[in-house]
Amino acid sequence: MISKELCKILSQKEIASDIYELTIEGELVSQITEPGQFVHIKVTNGLDPLLRRPISISSYDKEQKMLTMIYRKEGKGTSLLAELRAGMFVDILGPLGNGFPVEEVSKGDTALLVGGGIGVPPLYELSNQLVAKGVKVIHVLGFQTASAVFYEEEFLKNGETYVATVDGSFGRKGFVTDVMKELQFDCIYTCGPTPMLRAIEQNYQDKKVFLSLEERMGCGIGACFACVCKKKDDPTGASYKKVCSDGPVFQAGEVLI
Amino acid sequence: MSRLNIELPGLHLKNPIMPASGCFGFGREYSQFYDLSVLGAIMIKATTVEPRFGNATPRVAETSAGMLNAIGLQNPGLEKVLGAELPFLSQYDVPIIANVAGSLEEDYVEVARQISKASNVHALELNISCPNVKTGGIAFGTIPEIAKQLTRKVKAVSEVPVYVKLSPNVTNIVEMAKAVEDGGADGLTMINTLIGMRLDIKTGKPILANRTGGLSGPAIKPVAIRMIHEVSQAVGIPIIGMGGVETASDVIEYFYAGASAVAVGTANFVDPFVCPTIIQELPELLEKLGFVHISECTGRSWKEHGQLAYHRA
Repeated sequence: MISKELCKILSQKEIASDIYELTIEGELVSQITEPGQFVHIKVTNGLDPLLRRPISISSYDKEQKMLTMIYRKEGKGTSLLAELRAGMFVDILGPLGNGFPVEEVSKGDTALLVGGGIGVPPLYELSNQLVAKGVKVIHVLGFQTASAVFYEEEFLKNGETYVATVDGSFGRKGFVTDVMKELQFDCIYTCGPTPMLRAIEQNYQDKKVFLSLEERMGCGIGACFACVCKKKDDPTGASYKKVCSDGPVFQAGEVLI
Repeated sequence: MSRLNIELPGLHLKNPIMPASGCFGFGREYSQFYDLSVLGAIMIKATTVEPRFGNATPRVAETSAGMLNAIGLQNPGLEKVLGAELPFLSQYDVPIIANVAGSLEEDYVEVARQISKASNVHALELNISCPNVKTGGIAFGTIPEIAKQLTRKVKAVSEVPVYVKLSPNVTNIVEMAKAVEDGGADGLTMINTLIGMRLDIKTGKPILANRTGGLSGPAIKPVAIRMIHEVSQAVGIPIIGMGGVETASDVIEYFYAGASAVAVGTANFVDPFVCPTIIQELPELLEKLGFVHISECTGRSWKEHGQLAYHRA
């Protein structure tokens, strides 16, 4: 069930350059069903920006009713969000969407989790849940540059972790796809920029791949038709999918990216 | 006694608040948040004869106090709306206003003929004003004589009253309103979105794949209020007002301008509960303002006292 709730901010801190980690407390946490779901945040009581901001859930604790999000301060909306402090309240709609299917891998399998930039956060809860289930996890995380790197140590605690930066200032120089070529695994979960998702889908057609898509959203609940994508087996679009309510996670081959 | 019930052609509204077309889908998503029967009516998403996928993404771009959209009339087509969407909505005690769209005159006529037979469709909203489709739509909405002819043709086949949705993207909206009234329109809905554009600061190109989009939200409210103020004095048919409504106060302002009911659009995207919240807050606001019934507010911006004849049953 989706709720709209004023949630108390427990903490907010900048964990990398313009990357913020925000933890809130709310009843809606109890409704989260999968890693990879997101919430829709009203960052101001005013009219600018007018719409909510979709932000993925990076981890949650149902007992404590806490959830953590990691986002990049970029435009007007996320800049306002970054100004909020512990003790303040924020209007949240969620949880929204369908996340990563944890049940697709079994104990003893190896899952490769591939994140690009601000696509990294939802993989963290996924990693935690896979590890708890006895799945071996390998992480490949891509960032633009050293100052943008975050959560490397958190991921390391769960399993092998490779970091790549475009400029080579941290970890390997290059893209996540370069690192992936050297690894053995059963299944891929990934979230990041569309060109990265496209390359992964293309390169691993023989593997089970789950992709989390990003698209400009209006309502976040499937009503406005802003974030619609076409299905691969139906390029006419007659049987479309909505990224917000059918996704954001799809199996590779399901939709055109 | 209800302070909110309104009688309009074809519509016995328990209150004058309804979600606007295109901002509520066919109600399914919002039915998970509240009982749709609390609404005065529902204006469902535009329906065309054939299914339409709509435009490429990005389809939305935000602006200050507003948003641009270029969805492109995505809808599952007449057959599916008749077979699945309207039957779904029939479980609720709420009249449906079906938004009718098309590219050619015969498309509008065909959708109107069939959809007006559905038992829960109590009125049509003739969409002659969508700014986001390449053909049809906009010509019907900007040339008075063409709008009048189309209204006449649709009236001839419709089994329920026909409201015409006016475009603000015209030089003289009063002329358009009078033309469709001449064509037999039973009411007006106004305004549709204003055509706008936003450019990407890095690429210099339009953000929307469609390049232009329709501006909605609080930013357009003053434009809508002005147009309803003018049109309501020039025609003898009721107006359902829309454009940036977010609060009960906005609703009263629309009534003052000359509206007899109000649709809520973009605000549904921000707060799924906005319609029931407004409905709940209206009686108290009316009390505070000294009105016994909301119909007393209609046209107050240009009338001394009294009310229009078609309000009370």
